[in-house]
Amino acid sequence: MARVLGTSIKRREDPALITGRGKYTDDLKAERMAHAAIVRSPYAHARIRDIDTSAAEALPGVLAVLTARDVAAAGIPGVVPVGWLLPDLKTPAHPMIAADTVRHVGDAVAVVVAEDRYLARDAADRVAVDYEPLDAVADVVAALEDGAPAVHEEAPGNVAFDWEIGEREPVDAAFASAAHTVELDLRNNRLIPHAIEPRAVLASFDSSTGEMTIHMTSQNPHVHRLLMTLASLGMPEHKVRIVAPEVGGGFGSKIHHYADEAIVGLCSMKLDRPVKWTATRTETNLTDAHGRDHSTHCALALDADGRITGLRVDTAAAMGAYLSTFAPAVPTYLYGTLLSGQYDIPAIHCHVTGVFTHTAPVDAYRGAGRPEATYVVERLLHLAGEATGLGPVEVRRRNFVSPDAFPYQTQVALAYDSGNYGPAMDRALEMVGYDDLRSQQAARRDNGGKQIGIGFSSYIEACGLAPSAVVGSLGAQAGQWESADVRVHPTASVTVYTGSSSHGQGHETTFSQIVADRLGIDPEAVEVIHGDTDLVQFGMGTYGSRSAAVGGSAIVKSVEKIIEKGKKIAAHLLEASAEDLEYEDGSFRVAGSPDRALALGDVALQAYLAHNYPDDLEPGLSATSFYDPANFTYPFGTHVCVVEVDTETGSIDLLRYAAVDDVGNVINPMIVDGQLHGGLAQGIGQALWENAVYDDSGQLVSGSLMDYAVPKIHNLIPFELDRTTTPCPHNPLGVKGVGEAGAIASPAAVVNAVVDALAPFGISHIDMPLTPEKVWRAVNS
Amino acid sequence: MYPAQFDYRRAGSVDEALSLLQENEDAKLMAGGHSLIPMMKLRLAQPPVVIDIGRLNELKGISEAGGSVRVGSLTTHADIAASDVLAAHCPVLAEAAGHIGDAQVRNRGTIGGNIAHADPGSDIPPVLVLLGASVHLQSPSGTRSVAAGDFFQDLLMTDVGEDEILTHVEAPALGAGTGAAYLKFEHPASGYAVVGAAAAVTVQGGRCTGAGLVVGGVSATPTAVDVSSLVGTDLSDDAIAAAASGLDAEDPIGDIFASGDYRVHVGKVYGKRALAAARDRAS
Amino acid sequence: MTVSIQLEVNGKPVQAAVEPRRLLVHFLREDLGLTGANIGCETSLCGACTVLVDGNAVKSCTMLAAQADGASVTTIEGLAQNGDLHPLQEGFWEKHGLQCGYCTPGMILSANYLLAQNPSPNDEEIREGLKGNICRCTGYHNIVEAVKYAAERMS
Repeated sequence: MARVLGTSIKRREDPALITGRGKYTDDLKAERMAHAAIVRSPYAHARIRDIDTSAAEALPGVLAVLTARDVAAAGIPGVVPVGWLLPDLKTPAHPMIAADTVRHVGDAVAVVVAEDRYLARDAADRVAVDYEPLDAVADVVAALEDGAPAVHEEAPGNVAFDWEIGEREPVDAAFASAAHTVELDLRNNRLIPHAIEPRAVLASFDSSTGEMTIHMTSQNPHVHRLLMTLASLGMPEHKVRIVAPEVGGGFGSKIHHYADEAIVGLCSMKLDRPVKWTATRTETNLTDAHGRDHSTHCALALDADGRITGLRVDTAAAMGAYLSTFAPAVPTYLYGTLLSGQYDIPAIHCHVTGVFTHTAPVDAYRGAGRPEATYVVERLLHLAGEATGLGPVEVRRRNFVSPDAFPYQTQVALAYDSGNYGPAMDRALEMVGYDDLRSQQAARRDNGGKQIGIGFSSYIEACGLAPSAVVGSLGAQAGQWESADVRVHPTASVTVYTGSSSHGQGHETTFSQIVADRLGIDPEAVEVIHGDTDLVQFGMGTYGSRSAAVGGSAIVKSVEKIIEKGKKIAAHLLEASAEDLEYEDGSFRVAGSPDRALALGDVALQAYLAHNYPDDLEPGLSATSFYDPANFTYPFGTHVCVVEVDTETGSIDLLRYAAVDDVGNVINPMIVDGQLHGGLAQGIGQALWENAVYDDSGQLVSGSLMDYAVPKIHNLIPFELDRTTTPCPHNPLGVKGVGEAGAIASPAAVVNAVVDALAPFGISHIDMPLTPEKVWRAVNS
Repeated sequence: MYPAQFDYRRAGSVDEALSLLQENEDAKLMAGGHSLIPMMKLRLAQPPVVIDIGRLNELKGISEAGGSVRVGSLTTHADIAASDVLAAHCPVLAEAAGHIGDAQVRNRGTIGGNIAHADPGSDIPPVLVLLGASVHLQSPSGTRSVAAGDFFQDLLMTDVGEDEILTHVEAPALGAGTGAAYLKFEHPASGYAVVGAAAAVTVQGGRCTGAGLVVGGVSATPTAVDVSSLVGTDLSDDAIAAAASGLDAEDPIGDIFASGDYRVHVGKVYGKRALAAARDRAS
Repeated sequence: MTVSIQLEVNGKPVQAAVEPRRLLVHFLREDLGLTGANIGCETSLCGACTVLVDGNAVKSCTMLAAQADGASVTTIEGLAQNGDLHPLQEGFWEKHGLQCGYCTPGMILSANYLLAQNPSPNDEEIREGLKGNICRCTGYHNIVEAVKYAAERMS
């Protein structure tokens, strides 16, 4: 049997996708399907005086126009809930359709359903809404100022929460006695996820059964079903089926439960026919939960030897107009807890203020809190390298958690289970030819003209979310385990039902490799089913780089149960003791008697025939597992970015990008590298181009791809990747997760490189994105 | 994403297009549709009637005669970028067309549609102004031509009358000893020019006998820079930099990516670089 | 009003009466059921809707169905011949040039046009040639590899 684990087998997902046969939500059709168009607020903050729907209703082909009045009349809960609570969190209601006040541009005020999508848009244009515009505040810092317009009466000062972690006094003491201190005011720019498939939903209610099937762009169909039924539509959970067909990327944005999907569900219930809605890019950019948007003051204290003695962080984190599904967790438990980075820091204190603004909500976006934490730590380390004279490499090395210190308890709650940070740094230096690069840099500095910079990011992340009891104690209103039902069929082929929900990651391929490896069968004999609440037992879905570590581990658990049961069946058939049986290469064998063996198929068949069968055993050969991880996993690595800066215009060219990542054991190297590539593009995009900009009145001025620059192919370069492997000690696969690593590490590497290039100009910081104009202004200031 | 309703008329000839224009108030001409359809999808344009002139072969094609090149208004950017005629007689126009958008856009977008839309970030207008090209228009009352420098009147505004069709542009072929270059500072999102610098210099016997520089993206219309100081010089880097620094824009345009001041600065830098590239090509 | 159009789609004649405003991408997706061409933006920038019209890569979201009257259109569904994947389809599969797959049909058709113009492009030419197609998943690294793979197979 050829090795399956650790092998780059081609993706089984691809044949459908490269021939155009893959079906995404908008590709689906249903009998009598109607189309919805949502009427949205053009104001960031306004009172709704009146809505006149008559002109829209008069248009032939229009089936219904619904407003908040119809939500109320339907007698349903009608809200969009938050799923993560913090102490003293303000939780103002988020109605599915705004009733009297709109709080961001794009807030839904009405919905039109028509026979055709063009017609629906025509009718939506005819819904006349009389608004009384009110003052708005879009900026996270401005929202905290005295007299700022209030987003919610329930949240004085626009404060959603005040949160802290670590202890303040030891940090103050560290700063008081520090030999070196560095500090920084920074913005972590707001991002729009831009999954290339906009959000979409096809809701099909059937009054004859009382059932509704919802096909939608979802990373976690069961979570969507729970929130949709419980808080929005008030339907019994068992009467709703949610299916995620092909999903065209998510990056976090398709985790959350949105008003729009619930509105379309309501339309289908009211009309008793299928209703489809597909967001335009403009709509999806106005309403998808955005990412990041922090304003932070941070400082690092070091002793005379360059050892870090304290870290202080104070962050204002935008929540937007409403609390999105997991929003409060992102700038707190996914941010403050990561501030120790790869370093042994004896004292850390972090304070975070969650801030309501008249903007789209902010929630998890690829990395979710961890890129922001890495950016703080790694920007400070860069400055510390300068301040101490140690340089970026030595200051990091000197402070790395020692390889013999694991498990390592940080000052911010997390306990790192494993790690070995030096070798990744060594390898990265070797890959880029560090000494030679420094010589080139020196030569450029002597000659003037375009300058070269080298930037580092030695990151840590916590992923594989997560022990349920831990996240529960921190406010999660959901568990964070994952489930797998593995069914061995009588002919020994296998179907896996996983609670993970792929949207491009290649779960079907990877998970088949796991099962094939453990059962010693061909991956082609394994089918993987996901993304359907009627088929899959229950699942938490795919986010937080959790699918392999948690979802994969659940599969392993089920396979182990199957092998245990198989041993009992085989023992019965072989007239041996189950304890004497071992399972290897697809066969149950009596230890020490190699010819006394039964293939998996023989055992599986007997499990279903149950003719010659142990008395105390149930027939069948399947197992369901719910795997709750013991800890987070802690991938790490060092990334090195090399840039060239045209100081005359401020333009930046990427010259090299080398990444050495330790994501634990690797199931499919090709897929793992692909995940890193994608994350790098998004992180580099954040550093150089991407920026969600609201003007002072709360208009999203970078709402389209004309102004919001997602990375394009001609602006990126080939990535140079390598790995070290430190297996995760607490899950059966030894895997950690890789989906977010690239996006977590790269912003700091890029910014550090640019700042390094500009060191002769006395520049220590430029806020992302590093647009040419900002760089040019920094050079000339 | 969904244009509002309109009536569609397809013209079989320029004359038919002209009469359709007269018959239908507020009608819009559509060539490749790459300026108009995006506006219609966002419902920023809702013309009651669209006159499709995309099939008028008489308006397509590139030719050279008597020392000037003629480009029909329906010629696509892709055809301009790949034109052998332009490569031989006016390569800078092909160079600029090759910078427009992307391959798909260049396959549908036309030079006539492009300049009639007059986006300040468009690559073609500064080159036409640099070349001293003329824009040819036809109406029921006859034909006329207007200098490119006068054609672009303001942001998205040109000299095309309501009853007129843009038929072709004509530009003098670049003579011996003349080098020209178009350099683009591309917007990372839209792909339009934040700044596009078009420069030409003529060198005879090691001395500059003529020079021009026009910068797009800085103002609502292409901005000509007086670089006559280069005439008589040997086009040293210093002389070029000094000449390009004469770029001046009274009311520079700006957006969230690049302010007006910055565009003027980049215009000077790119103007300098474009002049240097033109010099290198002239010799 | 409607406009009568006749065209060839993936080698088959098609006749229809369409609203003038109907975009080619909606005509292909909804009227013909060819859902391979996807819609990812509304500003003619993402390229997910790219198809070949008379051999040229175009964004089918920026073309009226009425403008395609008389044209020959190839969509991703028409690329494989006699059940054999096109070398570009093979290349994207072989080199992991896709993840979620949403941009892939457009990306492959743009690459197809690129290779028709330039059968052996270097990395820079590939990146320049595909700048009208946005992929949010792959970071493009493997897309370049996929196109190179196909170029080698086709030469």
